[in-house]
Amino acid sequence: MHFVVCLKQVPDTSEVRIDPKTNTLMREGVPSIINPYDAHALEEALALRDKAGGKVTVLSMGPPQAVDSLRKAVSLGADEAILLSDRAFAGSDTLATSYILAQALEKIRQEQGIDLVLCGKQAIDGDTAQVGPGIARRLDIPQLTYVIKVDWIKEGEIQVHRKLEDGREVARAKLPALLTVEKELNEIRYATFPNMLRAAKYEPLVWGADKFHLSPAEMGLKGSPTSVSRIFAPPGRTGGEQIMAIDDPGSAAISLVGKLFQQNIIMVHPIARGGRD
Amino acid sequence: MAMLDIDKTRCIGCGACVVECPTDALDLVDGIAVVNQEKCIRCGKCVRVCPANALNLEREGEGAQPEKRDPEAGKRHEFSKEQPLPEQVAGYAAKRPKDAAAGKGESGEAAEYRGVCVLIEQHQGEVAPVSWELLGEGRKLADTLRVPLAGVLLGSEVEEIIPEVFAYGAEEVYVIDDPILESYRTEPYARAIVDLVQKYKPEIFLYGATTLGRDLSGAVATELKTGLTADCTVLGIDQETGLLQQTRPAFGGNIMATILCRKHRPQMATVRPRVMAMPEKAEGRSGPVQRETLNMAEEDVRTKVVDFIRGKGRSVFLDKAEIIVSVGKGLGSAKNLPMVEELANVLGATLAGSRQAVEAGWLSHEHQVGQTGVTVRPKVYFAIGISGAIQHLVGMETSDCIIAINNDPEAPIFKVANYGLAGDLFQLVPALTKEFSKRMSLGLGR
Amino acid sequence: MRAVEEFDVIVVGAGPAGLAAAMTAVRNGMKTIVIERGEFPGAKNVMGGVLYTQPTSRLIPEFYQEAPLERPVVEQRYAFLEGDNAFTAGYRAPAWADPPYNAHTVLRAKFDRWLAKKAEAEGVLIITETVVEDLLYKGDAVVGVRTGRAEGDVRGKVVILAEGVNALIAKKAGLHTQLGPEHVAVAVKEIISLPREKIEDRFCLEEGQGATLELLGGATAGMIGTAFIYTNQDSLSVGIGCLLSEMVKRQANPNDLLERLKAHPFVRKLIQGGETKEYMGHLIPEGGYKAIPKMYRQGVMVVGDAGMLVNGIHREGSNLAMVSGMAAGEVAAGAINSHDLSEQSMKLYQDRLKETFVLKDLYKYRNSAHLFEENPQFFTTYPEILSGAAREFFTVDSMPKADKQKKIWKMVTGKRAKGDLIRDMWKLWRTMG
Repeated sequence: MHFVVCLKQVPDTSEVRIDPKTNTLMREGVPSIINPYDAHALEEALALRDKAGGKVTVLSMGPPQAVDSLRKAVSLGADEAILLSDRAFAGSDTLATSYILAQALEKIRQEQGIDLVLCGKQAIDGDTAQVGPGIARRLDIPQLTYVIKVDWIKEGEIQVHRKLEDGREVARAKLPALLTVEKELNEIRYATFPNMLRAAKYEPLVWGADKFHLSPAEMGLKGSPTSVSRIFAPPGRTGGEQIMAIDDPGSAAISLVGKLFQQNIIMVHPIARGGRD
Repeated sequence: MAMLDIDKTRCIGCGACVVECPTDALDLVDGIAVVNQEKCIRCGKCVRVCPANALNLEREGEGAQPEKRDPEAGKRHEFSKEQPLPEQVAGYAAKRPKDAAAGKGESGEAAEYRGVCVLIEQHQGEVAPVSWELLGEGRKLADTLRVPLAGVLLGSEVEEIIPEVFAYGAEEVYVIDDPILESYRTEPYARAIVDLVQKYKPEIFLYGATTLGRDLSGAVATELKTGLTADCTVLGIDQETGLLQQTRPAFGGNIMATILCRKHRPQMATVRPRVMAMPEKAEGRSGPVQRETLNMAEEDVRTKVVDFIRGKGRSVFLDKAEIIVSVGKGLGSAKNLPMVEELANVLGATLAGSRQAVEAGWLSHEHQVGQTGVTVRPKVYFAIGISGAIQHLVGMETSDCIIAINNDPEAPIFKVANYGLAGDLFQLVPALTKEFSKRMSLGLGR
Repeated sequence: MRAVEEFDVIVVGAGPAGLAAAMTAVRNGMKTIVIERGEFPGAKNVMGGVLYTQPTSRLIPEFYQEAPLERPVVEQRYAFLEGDNAFTAGYRAPAWADPPYNAHTVLRAKFDRWLAKKAEAEGVLIITETVVEDLLYKGDAVVGVRTGRAEGDVRGKVVILAEGVNALIAKKAGLHTQLGPEHVAVAVKEIISLPREKIEDRFCLEEGQGATLELLGGATAGMIGTAFIYTNQDSLSVGIGCLLSEMVKRQANPNDLLERLKAHPFVRKLIQGGETKEYMGHLIPEGGYKAIPKMYRQGVMVVGDAGMLVNGIHREGSNLAMVSGMAAGEVAAGAINSHDLSEQSMKLYQDRLKETFVLKDLYKYRNSAHLFEENPQFFTTYPEILSGAAREFFTVDSMPKADKQKKIWKMVTGKRAKGDLIRDMWKLWRTMG
């Protein structure tokens, strides 16, 4: 079987900060990582390949530096890695991104067939969760999102568990299909030394805009219907009463509890030992 | 001679200037705008559209501001904390914006589209509350634009829901009732929506940012080749253009970005549950019901739902909790968790945590409040040792009462807190537990 | 089972010593791999901050054209602190602002990463995030290393250990004497961000130029050690290091020492308004020449900090590391080419080092550690004397100069008896001169 994993190299968002003085984005020194959800998608593809046989290809769109993440994927055991990188891709929103990825996948499908496409449920730098479904639509294959377990995969069909708000759904789809996955799906493996060696020497294929069929109107800024019109520091609620409780925490606590009861914010018989219903 | 200067530290790589430039002098290289000074005619258009105020037409030698610069430009785009959202909900004008009435978009396509649609999300006849919240929000948008508000109801045997859709503010309901739509599956649902959009041509289409809404909207937007903004927290209408202003946390939640979909229709957005207010329900209203058929046969659907296992669903528990006691990095270690659990027990509260607390492994993912976790809106939210990064705030700032405990009096959490205790949480939490417990046991409320 | 790849040279650690060894080996036609435990080269290398030009140029000619350097050092200053007072001296050479330079300040995480990229471009294979656990033996012969990863045995003809001060593998191989607390310094450092113009103003520098400031005496609360401030582009590296034995004796905490230093009136103004961006701590081998272990055995050489190659007096480490790395790389290539991996063949490495400044310098200062340890007055009494004398000398009052000199001398001899003074000076001269 041929498993293709779409992965994105993202800045580690827990480290992206706004400079408090100048209110500008501080991008220097922010490490890049494989989008964590995508890493779980890769792990699942590797595990399925190890069981069912076949091949894992990783596909990423991004600047030339994104080869670092692809090498990392190879060190974990991916067989092949392709980077889609071209200036013409810059400024793509989710719609244009899914177009570019889908066109590359289409080329791969024609050349070597695809049984399953795997993506993370969303990227931590954008949190949109749109590219996975976008690819599925464009390739006209069924999608199963928020996957937390793969029951089985066999010729022509897959069964998974999907995480919904109020439980889990067991669903089946015909192959080829696209999954977007949650972190609970699996534990990411450690790379073996031979794979580390292979990755260090591996040169991912780099496809520019001329390497596969693309229409200029559908990619980059031109192919992106959405645009940012302004950015700003989030407006907050204005703070209420602040009690300095450094010297005498005991009486500060008593004073606060008193106020909460007085204003009926907390009541003697707790209303909610379970929930609103 | 003036030169266009680009401040790389401010550029967010949005590409607005590249699109705006009449001479193709600007380009994005590695996510940052780059100017070809030879092509640049210094018209200043890019300077005016830059949302991050990263562009500047400097005169050589003196570095003065260009005369033509929009006097509002700097002000409008400053990341000012004090500045409220200018077109926020509060600013909805009763009158329809001047251009929007004519359906003025920048292309002919936009002109044909009119009205606001909200997806009414239902599972086995039970409607997700976010759908009602969206009808409330959709009502405001529709009123501003002076266009109708419609609810879109898909499912099998959903007749009983129709009156409720009217009761929450829709003027019209589009229904597709078909056994194929009984359980949600992407393909038939997307087919249904795409067909409805192509027939009724709404200019705005809103979905709840639920698993269903996010799964479906991504597919629909792709099929319709239109823009989709995920996880909006504020919606508004631009007074001049009538465009939907879709505001969401961006760049890891540290800043907010307002997104526009200028030329494509419908403008689609998903909105987080419990961010918009629940509207009043007015029984007895009604209006036209448009019934359509699903253009898809079961054989064409390549997905099957085999089973549904209702979870003990801790996440359900968390977002319905009345009182939440939430911990952050300040707790220091998992071994301090029992101290907080004790407070939660006394209050009958549910335990939750920030991203850091979850990533440190103190709590499981279901307990995470914030942008990548659950959005909560309890009556009381205790934030203990949480500094208050925006990605956390967006998940809890609509709580009725927020009580923050942190040793740094400058921590951002205090800016959203109704009550803030600045001090050592390891002393304060036990003291609170003791006092609550004393009053509770004695019935000494006041 | 996959065929295990075999290398000519395996280098453990991707710091300056390891990278220099690997690059030299590759240039001599050796198939070379570097195994680094950090996430990237430089991830674990935090200390230091001054890179000397000449030794680095031997590895990469004109590296300063492209390496990420902070500022060329045009001035080296020394300040002897005593109480709130400071006695300063320094030397400034504007010519050092231009090629061929003397030294640059660097941020090691950046520089080492750049150096690793250079090494990779020359054909060195670098594997990160991988811990080497032990040497692999066949009988008594070293035939490679064992890493902590699955299928992690790597075969190689020569192993160069550039693993840093802890030298775990070298210890296992019997090439490292256990470091006592008197042989290591604990050093902590902060990177404090400050606008570049402020840095240039406060250190009286032309745009882009840099300075180093070594703080002695009271800076370390009388313990054996030094403190420093180095100017980076838009930050200052502020650090302090003291012998572990001294810290233990005084029950001092390095972080407290750094805070104390930062609060000193002389330092406070220099760092005022800055914001601490990073804080790090590290051990530095300070044993000097006498603590240098046997640095070779059959198939193995030890380079850099792992071999205790640090000149504590001149605060030199990375240049010694690179020179030792280059020597080991050459010796490895020679040994492999002549099919002689014996201990005798590896010994050539230590012999070669003896001919370079590396061991010559360390030999010269071989007694210094001992001297300071046995004579704490150099870090306690003398700063007081120096400062007191200077205070008297510079204080303008109505006392005739001749009387003043007498008074100063009296003060000096009051603090340290004449005989002791002479003995101290003799000791110092013998050790340093």
